Amino acid sequence: MSEELTAAKTQPVSVVERYPDWVRPEERDGYHGVIVEPEHLVAFAESIRDELGFDFLTSVTGVDYHPEDRMEVVYHAFQSTGGGILEFKVQLPRANPVVPSLVGIFPGAAFQEREAWDLLGIRFEGHPNHKRILMWEGFHGHPLRKDWKEPFFIQDQKPFDQRWPEGAFAYIEGANAFNKNVQYPDEFDPASWSDNGGDQVYKSTEELSAEVDQEGIKTERLVVNLGPQHPSTHGVFRMVVTLDGEEVLDLEPVMGYLHRNHEKIGERNTYLMNIPFTDRLDYICSMSNNFGYVLAVEKLLGKRYAPPERAQYIRVIMAELTRIVNHYMTVGFLLNDLGAYFTPTMYALKERELILDIFEAVSGSRMMCNYYRFGGVVRDLPEGVEEQIRRLAYERLPRQIDEMDRYLTENEIVRTRGEGVGVLTPEQAIAHSAVGPVLRASGVPYDIRRADPYSVYDRFDFDVAVRYHGDVYDRYLVRIDEIRQSIRIIQQAIDGLPDGDVMATKPAYKLRMPEGEAYGRVEGPKGELGFYLVSDGSDNPWRYHVRAPSFINLTALRQMCVGEKIADIVAVLGSIDIILGEVDR
Amino acid sequence: MDGRGILKGLGITLGHIFDTYWEDIKAGRERYFTEEGVRSRMEPDTKGIFTVQYPEERVPVPEEFRFVPFLVYEEDEDGEREIRCTACGICAKVCPPQCIWIDRAEDPETGRPIQDPEHFTIDIDLCMNCGFCAEFCPFDAIKMDHEYELATYERCESNVYHLDKLLKPAAYYAEIRPENYHREEAEKKAAAEKKSRRRRRRRPKKD
Repeated sequence: MSEELTAAKTQPVSVVERYPDWVRPEERDGYHGVIVEPEHLVAFAESIRDELGFDFLTSVTGVDYHPEDRMEVVYHAFQSTGGGILEFKVQLPRANPVVPSLVGIFPGAAFQEREAWDLLGIRFEGHPNHKRILMWEGFHGHPLRKDWKEPFFIQDQKPFDQRWPEGAFAYIEGANAFNKNVQYPDEFDPASWSDNGGDQVYKSTEELSAEVDQEGIKTERLVVNLGPQHPSTHGVFRMVVTLDGEEVLDLEPVMGYLHRNHEKIGERNTYLMNIPFTDRLDYICSMSNNFGYVLAVEKLLGKRYAPPERAQYIRVIMAELTRIVNHYMTVGFLLNDLGAYFTPTMYALKERELILDIFEAVSGSRMMCNYYRFGGVVRDLPEGVEEQIRRLAYERLPRQIDEMDRYLTENEIVRTRGEGVGVLTPEQAIAHSAVGPVLRASGVPYDIRRADPYSVYDRFDFDVAVRYHGDVYDRYLVRIDEIRQSIRIIQQAIDGLPDGDVMATKPAYKLRMPEGEAYGRVEGPKGELGFYLVSDGSDNPWRYHVRAPSFINLTALRQMCVGEKIADIVAVLGSIDIILGEVDR
Repeated sequence: MDGRGILKGLGITLGHIFDTYWEDIKAGRERYFTEEGVRSRMEPDTKGIFTVQYPEERVPVPEEFRFVPFLVYEEDEDGEREIRCTACGICAKVCPPQCIWIDRAEDPETGRPIQDPEHFTIDIDLCMNCGFCAEFCPFDAIKMDHEYELATYERCESNVYHLDKLLKPAAYYAEIRPENYHREEAEKKAAAEKKSRRRRRRRPKKD
């Protein structure tokens, strides 16, 4: 790596020196990165990608600074060879926020820009598919704006005053949505409204797909909706597929059926209250979600909240156990999608069951763990759990994963259905901001635990699992490899588990939060799970954004599916491994 | 690709079938419908099927298991109840879904607030079982329960818990969470001793 590259990686100041006309340094206390003028944004993005190697734009989001009458678009870029962050922002007037779209340079921004438009009303000029993504077309307003209020609105921030000291209970059903609690725009008549979202989806697929008339044989294009209720989607997720015979000409994912505006809820909550809500994002891996969130908050809080050694090790053990659970489930359900019915899934669930017993013993809940706290974990391992983890990591799991490997890897059906299907090249994977096993199966050895180490991961000896074909089969293999590496990490961590406290400070429900922003990210089982927080110094976050890996991995779904057979879509989707709780948020 | 991979895989499933029957034969009747049987199927070296035949069998819940809060009261010999809760409102303030309503009692003569809840309501359909209320309660007055079979036919009457339904004796708490209970009691005792020692030290000075 050239010296210039290293310098750019560590010092945003040098970016300012390099592009003095385009950017200016961030001057607010607690804020990082640089501010780019909107008219130079595209040139700047192209330049950092091609000249500085920041080719991996992982997160795009917006912030509504309502009192200052300003909107900001925040970009987080990394180098796919590893290293630190380059954060850049664009400041816009709140009345008419328009910014050039970066989809042409970073195709991975496509869904995230649509999300920012949908929830914050920031317009991205030049976006090829500028539509809402989580809410439906025709929805009134942009819910993440600070002046937008939801039905059943009680108060801007929790805790609600009406709960104490004069807490008169009232059924929430009493606040009926058809009574006074709903607002309509003036020109809107609910009786005559009909959903035209569907027409728009189909119209866009027609525009995108080519005319078909092969070798004189007249064929007709067919639009098929896979979902929202389809067993292969593992939830409520819809793919509008345009077919020529069995071949996929175009595919458009439609999502948002499970949308609950997790981020708005998060901004109403206090920092502490958000921990159990993060459990519900990717409900298979609640421990990793906790991990990412507490890391981001600890970044804001500063050194006083650095967790003690023992807590760090426990955190790593739990996160790796979660990864094993997730990859087992993914492999099991991928085989389910390939038609193996439930046998592999049941074998996977068996191992998961034993790990969930550990989670239940330490945290009190099998899935919604709520175990991490700012500055440590909520309680030490109860008696006997350490031994149980040791026995799992040394005796059972290595044997079981070998058996899974023997059972499936050479299976001819898995290989024919997987090899060469849904291929994503390394360049495409990086451009589409694919993360986690999807990225590593395409031959990019990018793992945040190595590329930008957090917690105590730099102390453990493990390999970054990587495969080179970028197809469904390799995504399966990467997951098997990763389970093995996770077992290695757990073995080292449980052997080196130090004694001591598990909390840096006394447990407190009120935090003194300094002003500023922080972006914390972990290598979750599905990839980079990032939390972007802006604090205005009050008890509640001003902005709380989740960079959800399975949502952004879906950006590459179309790329993987076009040209494949319709039955392969199911396999490709299974190999991406989405959880709708996280996709729709 | 000659089908050997599939055969190998099928061999493994066949192994699982044999394991299942072999384990059942080896363990005999002990394996099912006994507490030891359920426990043995939760060990890391378990083999064969380990489905738990709910509701005939139940997985034992660990001490930290948490499901829906309850309020702890002390009972003296005369059967007089003393609620630990002081209506300080911390549980209502930390509750993420805000499912706790507390109405603080007032002195009927002076009208000043007193440290007792007049009404205490938890809507358990809103409760997300996070356990923050129990974690941050300074008086160990609210704790998470182990009772998890709460299915009912309607919501309004049965799933909104008022004081009468929330209150459970300290003996029950000691039963479901013995370790926590004894630790807390020891801490309380130590704190009380420290306080009385300090008072004793102060007294001679006054004289």
